[in-house]
Amino acid sequence: MTSSRPILLIVLLLLTLCATIILATGMGFLQIAPLEVIKILWSQGSKQTTGGMDPTFPFVVMEVRLPRILTAALVGGGLAVAGAVFQAILLNPLADPYTLGISSGAAFGASLAIVLSLFGISVPSGLSIPVFAFFGAMATLIGVFSLAAPDNRLSSNTLILSGVIVAAILSAGIGFIKYLADEQVSVIIFWLMGSFVGRTWSDVLSTTVVVLPGLLFILYFARDLNIMSLGERTADTLGVETARVKKMLLVCASLITAICVSVSGIIGFIGLIIPHLLRLILGPDNRMLLPACFLGGAILLLGADTITRAWLPSEIPIGVLTSLIGGPFFCYIFRKKQLAPSS
Amino acid sequence: MNRNHLLFQLANISFSYRQDKVLEGIDLQLCSGKFYGLLGANGSGKSTLIELLMGGHKPLTGEVLYKNKLMESYSRQELARQLALVPQNFSMSFEYHVSDVVLMGRHPHIPRFSSPAKRDMLAVEEAMQTMDICHLHSRPVSALSGGELQRVVMARALAQGTEVLILDEATSNLDIQHTIAIMQVMRRRVKEKGLTVIAAIHDLNLAAAFCDECLVLKGGQLFANGPVEELFTSDLLQTAFAVEATVHHHGDHGRPQIQFRYQ
Repeated sequence: MTSSRPILLIVLLLLTLCATIILATGMGFLQIAPLEVIKILWSQGSKQTTGGMDPTFPFVVMEVRLPRILTAALVGGGLAVAGAVFQAILLNPLADPYTLGISSGAAFGASLAIVLSLFGISVPSGLSIPVFAFFGAMATLIGVFSLAAPDNRLSSNTLILSGVIVAAILSAGIGFIKYLADEQVSVIIFWLMGSFVGRTWSDVLSTTVVVLPGLLFILYFARDLNIMSLGERTADTLGVETARVKKMLLVCASLITAICVSVSGIIGFIGLIIPHLLRLILGPDNRMLLPACFLGGAILLLGADTITRAWLPSEIPIGVLTSLIGGPFFCYIFRKKQLAPSS
Repeated sequence: MNRNHLLFQLANISFSYRQDKVLEGIDLQLCSGKFYGLLGANGSGKSTLIELLMGGHKPLTGEVLYKNKLMESYSRQELARQLALVPQNFSMSFEYHVSDVVLMGRHPHIPRFSSPAKRDMLAVEEAMQTMDICHLHSRPVSALSGGELQRVVMARALAQGTEVLILDEATSNLDIQHTIAIMQVMRRRVKEKGLTVIAAIHDLNLAAAFCDECLVLKGGQLFANGPVEELFTSDLLQTAFAVEATVHHHGDHGRPQIQFRYQ
């Protein structure tokens, strides 16, 4: 189970992520050389002044680009890890962070916030959409769990079915809100497709405080997750408290998903494709897979966000872009794997 | 390992799923170093009894003692070091390698965040040799045949290094060659290492050939139990299993052999 290859890949991913962050920070309307970006970051840490460069650069880097870039990386990493956890717990490689309907809950919350403000019911704007989305997601989680509760062992089928039911009800609700919103419906649709435009340090902070502790918590149970792939009954006899671990990790992965969705909108595909792709390369051992997923998800979403921010003539919703890039790529991998001789 | 001391004591056990009574009034004592067969028609309560013996369910009435202590007083991990289970059906959703799956049997012995120690690797090696799956070492489990997979699951349970091994119809999907091979391995382990095996078996001749004692369940009650040489009679087969059969005693070893009347 332990060889040096996975560790090498994780180190490689970590270096790639750092490089991507620095390169992405330099890209945009104002081109800043990577070395200057490093200088600016260094001077922030050591409180030195940055002599000899355009005085707007530090502001652009620290206040405009870096918050957005870090938010995108954290959201990408969070979604990929949550996806890997959902796949491991539901024993279903098709599961993703949205399987339990978390995204629908968040979308319902966000739509509600948008439509309430349209009707002049003042909720403190700016903050209201993420907060409503987060609580929508949490309420959904509680709903799904209470629907699945009579099944003490929380079997995959019960959970998936509960998620589908709750998501279907919420979708109808979202549809109704869109109808109410009438001409303002584009605001809702734009939010649903996801965006990192105008993210601030407070977004970075709120994502960090959920995603990073969540990742550590999940990693603590990584080996138990491996054992659980033997099936619940066998895992129980190997000393894993399956039902308890399952519950804790589902809540944890859902919290991560909720915070990601509430700061960025619904970004599809990252949570499905990254765990899949890395499992093909690394094998299914969650102790290696989970950290690799975090880094891989961060790189992919940051990359996609940089493309829409700095390359394309006008920004397109990030959720659309990830599916546009991810979809065909996934087809390619899938096809290649199908054709490969099973050894 | 000292032989024939009391392992399991069950007193007045009953169990039900919601309204349906599955087990009733079971009194039973099982000793170490024996090969027990657990017999009974479908729905007679075999699997439920196994769950109770594994500590997976808590009995509705009565108590299950393991080594003179209540089953509930053990932690999951303590039990996992004592009891191993080979389930009937086994499938894996992810492509672990055969050696990884066998190593998972060592899970209760390896502290969190530690790598497997030398003795863990030795146990894996030994279990894989015993089940003759060394050549499958780095194959993904998804690429195995049913017989190979079941041997991997057996090896995983052996690697767990427990005193008790519980088989829940573990050989019922296997061909006759592999069935006999697995039963022989079990028999040898019982004889040489004092392992205790409790095996739910449908094939009565297999049970008669390999087990020391058999427990016969019928309608959730312990219908009969005792050494195989005395237990199997055409009377028992008629009342417990509703089949017509004659019982012969094999010349070499005195073990009973059952001949069913098919028409």
